[in-house]
Amino acid sequence: MGIVTFDAEDRWNAFVTVCRNVEHQDDGPLAGVRIAVKDNISTAGTQTTCGSAILKGYVPPYDAHVVTLLREAGAAIVGKTNMDEFGMGTTTESSAYGPTTNPVDMSRVPGGSSGGSAAAIAGGLVDMALGTDTGGSIRCPAAFCGIVGLKPTYGRTSRYGLIAYANSLEGVGPMGRTVRDVSRLFSAIAGHDPRDATSLDRPYDHTPTPEVKGLRIGVPAEFFGKGVDPAVAAQVRAAIERFTELGAEVVECTMPSMQYALAAYYVTCTCEASSNLARFDGVRYGPGADTIRSWHDAYQDHRKEHFGAEVRRRIMLGAFALSAGYYGKYYGKAQAARKNVREDFARLFADVDIVAGPTMPTTAFRLGEKSDPLSMYLADILTVPANLAGVPAISVPCGTVDNLPVGLQLIGPHFGEERIIDAAAAFEEVRA
Amino acid sequence: MVSETEVAHIAILADIGISSEELAEFTGQFNAILDYFDLLDQVEAGERPEAGTTNVFRDDEVVASLPLDDILKIAGESEDGYIKAPRVVL
Repeated sequence: MGIVTFDAEDRWNAFVTVCRNVEHQDDGPLAGVRIAVKDNISTAGTQTTCGSAILKGYVPPYDAHVVTLLREAGAAIVGKTNMDEFGMGTTTESSAYGPTTNPVDMSRVPGGSSGGSAAAIAGGLVDMALGTDTGGSIRCPAAFCGIVGLKPTYGRTSRYGLIAYANSLEGVGPMGRTVRDVSRLFSAIAGHDPRDATSLDRPYDHTPTPEVKGLRIGVPAEFFGKGVDPAVAAQVRAAIERFTELGAEVVECTMPSMQYALAAYYVTCTCEASSNLARFDGVRYGPGADTIRSWHDAYQDHRKEHFGAEVRRRIMLGAFALSAGYYGKYYGKAQAARKNVREDFARLFADVDIVAGPTMPTTAFRLGEKSDPLSMYLADILTVPANLAGVPAISVPCGTVDNLPVGLQLIGPHFGEERIIDAAAAFEEVRA
Repeated sequence: MVSETEVAHIAILADIGISSEELAEFTGQFNAILDYFDLLDQVEAGERPEAGTTNVFRDDEVVASLPLDDILKIAGESEDGYIKAPRVVL
């Protein structure tokens, strides 16, 4: 057993809980590596809050599968990172433990919802971190903080022990300073887990090969549509151009389902949230509810007091969208739109190897800038398609606009992680 | 358009407490978001997308559960080895 002392100064509020002295196994591919874990991933013996007051003080009695794998690989888990409450947000401002700031520019948000993980890496506190991605929650903060983040194929990492928000969309993924770090961390956490019925037996054992010769890269026009900052678009176009210099072929294409993807995503995730978050009643975990009063009175007041506004809004939206009379209008149509997104990707991947575009339509927002919920939702337009289809996507830094990082997003077919990681590594090499 | 009365009703159904000040704000936000969701009206309903899915049930084997003490430790309130909850039947 080795011991890592973690005494880094957290100027960005990247952590909710810090572990100062961490025991770790001496052998294993990640022996002694300091790794931060997003606070919605269960860690036995260490407080896990999901960024919410409703789980303040909750110490899980078991490890998430990915955490077990990290411990077996020798990693030193040095803390739990801040996040938008229950993963609901694009800025990490909705945490009950205060917002995280962006180490690149402290007047800006780090992106969300894995903003704490991204800031911990960008601020040099850790080399790698786990995030979770439901609609872009790994890729958005990676782009805003100038680091690398991978959203794996749905099911390639286990969700056992990930405190659920939207099961059919979310997954655990690696974040790091470099593509190689992300690849290394992904090797440790990918693979089958019988405790997650959606887990797939596709381990990852790949060494990044920075090679794109002959690769066909699809660039959908919709990824550069309305709302995408022209300066960000130009930076990403220039990055894609670099691939042609390396011998790849760029193919202009279209993705018509994109126009409905965001609405389909928000209907789906709020519906799933309304069901998943019903369990937070103050009875089995977290701060206790008043047991003297009647169930509904105690339950409503407990949730009013301990859930933030965004969580309550999404639970209510989901309850509304699933209610009798509206199910067909919202949930049914959202699933049809989701199928169209999946089919669009299948059609594209019959012709190209990867799809490329910006990760986020703009650079990092200022703290407090996105005060109305719909304008924040609209920022997720470029990341949600990969979640709806369950395909892997990586965000890799591709320069700056006004000194703020811009992310290049590379999307692959199901189980195409190796291919997008190779392409990202090739880009990283020429950019360096 | 949803009214404040409807939003208040949803809050009851979802067991989300809501104050009268919040009600107006939530209703405004709800309507903006639902307007945006109306985009989905243009999507053809098509076939149900679940085709091709399979069940992945595990065998129904008895395995050890977590220790009772560990569970009671994380519960809001407990008494005599039971988790204490608000009364459901009045």
